[in-house]
Amino acid sequence: MALIQISEPGQSTKPHERKLAVGIDLGTTNSLVATVRSGQTTTLANENGEHLLPSVVYYAKDKTRLVGSEAKQYKITDPLNTISSVKRYMGRSLEDIKAKESPLHYDFIQTNSTVPRIKTQAGEVSAIEVSAEILSVLKKRAELSLGDELSGVVITVPAYFDDAQRQATKDAGRLAGLNVLRLINEPTAAAVAYGLDKASDGVIAVYDLGGGTFDISILRVTQGVFEVLATAGDSALGGDDFDYVIASWIQQQLELGDDIDKSLRNQIIHAACQAKQTLTTERLASINIASTTLELSREQLNNLIDPLIKKTLMPCRRALRDAQVELEEIKAVVMVGGSTRILRVRDKVGEYFDQPPMVDINPDTVVAIGAAIQADVLVGNKADSDLLLLDVVPLSLGLETMGNLVEKIIPRNTTIPATRAQDFTTYKDGQTAMSIHVVQGERELVPDCRSLGRFSLKGIPPLVAGSARIRVTFEVDADGLLHVSAREETTGIESGIEVKPSYGLTDSEIEKMLLDSMEHADEDIAARMLHEQQVEADRVLEALAAALDDDGDMLSAEERQSIDEAAGNLAKLKTGNDDRAIKQAMQALDRVAEVFVSRRMDSNIRKAMAGHNVDEFNA
Amino acid sequence: MSITLTEKAAEHVKAFIANRGKGVALRLGVKTTGCSGMAYVMEFADTIEDSDEVFESNGVKVIVDKKSLIYLAGTELDYAKEGLNEGFQFNNPNVKDSCGCGESFTV
Repeated sequence: MALIQISEPGQSTKPHERKLAVGIDLGTTNSLVATVRSGQTTTLANENGEHLLPSVVYYAKDKTRLVGSEAKQYKITDPLNTISSVKRYMGRSLEDIKAKESPLHYDFIQTNSTVPRIKTQAGEVSAIEVSAEILSVLKKRAELSLGDELSGVVITVPAYFDDAQRQATKDAGRLAGLNVLRLINEPTAAAVAYGLDKASDGVIAVYDLGGGTFDISILRVTQGVFEVLATAGDSALGGDDFDYVIASWIQQQLELGDDIDKSLRNQIIHAACQAKQTLTTERLASINIASTTLELSREQLNNLIDPLIKKTLMPCRRALRDAQVELEEIKAVVMVGGSTRILRVRDKVGEYFDQPPMVDINPDTVVAIGAAIQADVLVGNKADSDLLLLDVVPLSLGLETMGNLVEKIIPRNTTIPATRAQDFTTYKDGQTAMSIHVVQGERELVPDCRSLGRFSLKGIPPLVAGSARIRVTFEVDADGLLHVSAREETTGIESGIEVKPSYGLTDSEIEKMLLDSMEHADEDIAARMLHEQQVEADRVLEALAAALDDDGDMLSAEERQSIDEAAGNLAKLKTGNDDRAIKQAMQALDRVAEVFVSRRMDSNIRKAMAGHNVDEFNA
Repeated sequence: MSITLTEKAAEHVKAFIANRGKGVALRLGVKTTGCSGMAYVMEFADTIEDSDEVFESNGVKVIVDKKSLIYLAGTELDYAKEGLNEGFQFNNPNVKDSCGCGESFTV
């Protein structure tokens, strides 16, 4: 018998067409899978009732793989074949990893591609494959729990993940046989879990203190759209460090000294962790070690961990500064990560942000919960009105126009999916083709932006310059893929390309491009004005040359000479960089050519009227 | 013939409605689709229509449109767990045959 879930009104699906979606928090230490069932979002457990899956994969000699707690037990006995914290290697080259990790934890091999592989006794594996093993286990768990195959998943990634890291995560999902609907930022997922996407607009802070890392993200919510304003953190600060300071205190109390054997040290750390957890509900914890009983009060704990908490507040300050946001503007603080259960952490964070932080949802599962809610919406189980838009274009998208200038079509921070069109025209008489160069960036000139691709529109009917109408449409879909098409309106001929705008750009590169655009704003505007004058001068000179070719005989020698002089002067100034001088030269040329222009006009009218009766024109 | 909920099913329905934050009843119904003809509909209801029959079982209001009632009369709704999977189960005396998965049925 099939087991059925309650749907939203009118959203019942046909049998075998149920759209099952899950959210996956693919964490450095632990991973989780969650789903929406009968309107309620829950994390899914394995057969033993465990929700957290340790992000550890063990590669055995006989090529079998163990994932999770089973794998974790090999960490000490067989460290080189037990891969943990693989998230740190996602989308990273061997050089990147070497720069961060010394000595290397695993036996890395450089390969022909940029993706390094780890040598294990079961063969060489990449970070993507290791992550795919973890995702496969969660996929299987989800399918057993939901009774059918999954339609789609949403996987969370840290807000600071660059394009390569995101791509690697998406690849791991695909490798595990998952249909990755979207990757969303972990702080965004946490905010979605609290329904902040549906709350009023404003700036929120997400404080994520996990086992081994600390991240603070400042997000701006505008009508359900999240924009990451800044992130900061400490990749070597987490709950484990809290355990170590308590453990050191225990060692001191027992007068054990620093030189103790490993198993006793492990026992002490374990006891420290338990005491820390006890003190979230009790005022006093007793610690039994080496047949001695110690008591640790909440006040003592606070004194021990205060320096560590203080260390998390510095990145908070930095993130606020980077985001250019005042403390008073923060309208909500979301707590993520198991270590935010510590009451002192909540108090200090509340004190710093001057408001009680949000702690109602289990901080270990809040990210997965948010991802599941998002997956449920994306797969189509909610009414359309609930559809969330979560992504924005990180850098403006535009195209090159005459004179190396950038015309922005989709400005930065536009929510996606987005479509914008703009009309362009031909620059020369009889122009039959147009080359379209798509660029990304905030600067005014093409060489300062990043080139994304080029294509040409051919077969434009030969018309006078400026009379063809070419509509260029930029379309960015929900995955951030850009499709650019051009269409000549009178003939309907069309051409287009598809490009991936953010590909290969790291967050820091994006940031650099943004900062450059602010720094060079004045320079850019000056350059733009110069280029505009140069383009106009070219156009004027070209039109003049064409007119002189046709009707040069209308001019006397002196008239011709003064026009040639003015034109020569303009041609000379045009190559310089004084936009005002070019403009003046153009005006001067205009004045001397006035006689010529009016004579041509008369002559043209005469030609047009020749052989006709005046009455015909009155009709 | 009325429609009933087991105590376990009723508890879950109450919890799901409370979690959702709104909803006046649980709507049950059938629609003609699926591999063997009919399929169950189970939705949260925010309004009760004039054409609905209203039942109350273990503190839960269940509504069924009159057309569906022909196929559902006497049904007992249960909540079951099968391995990791869990959800509602229709114990429907009208069903003659159902497809392999039990998601659709004939009467």
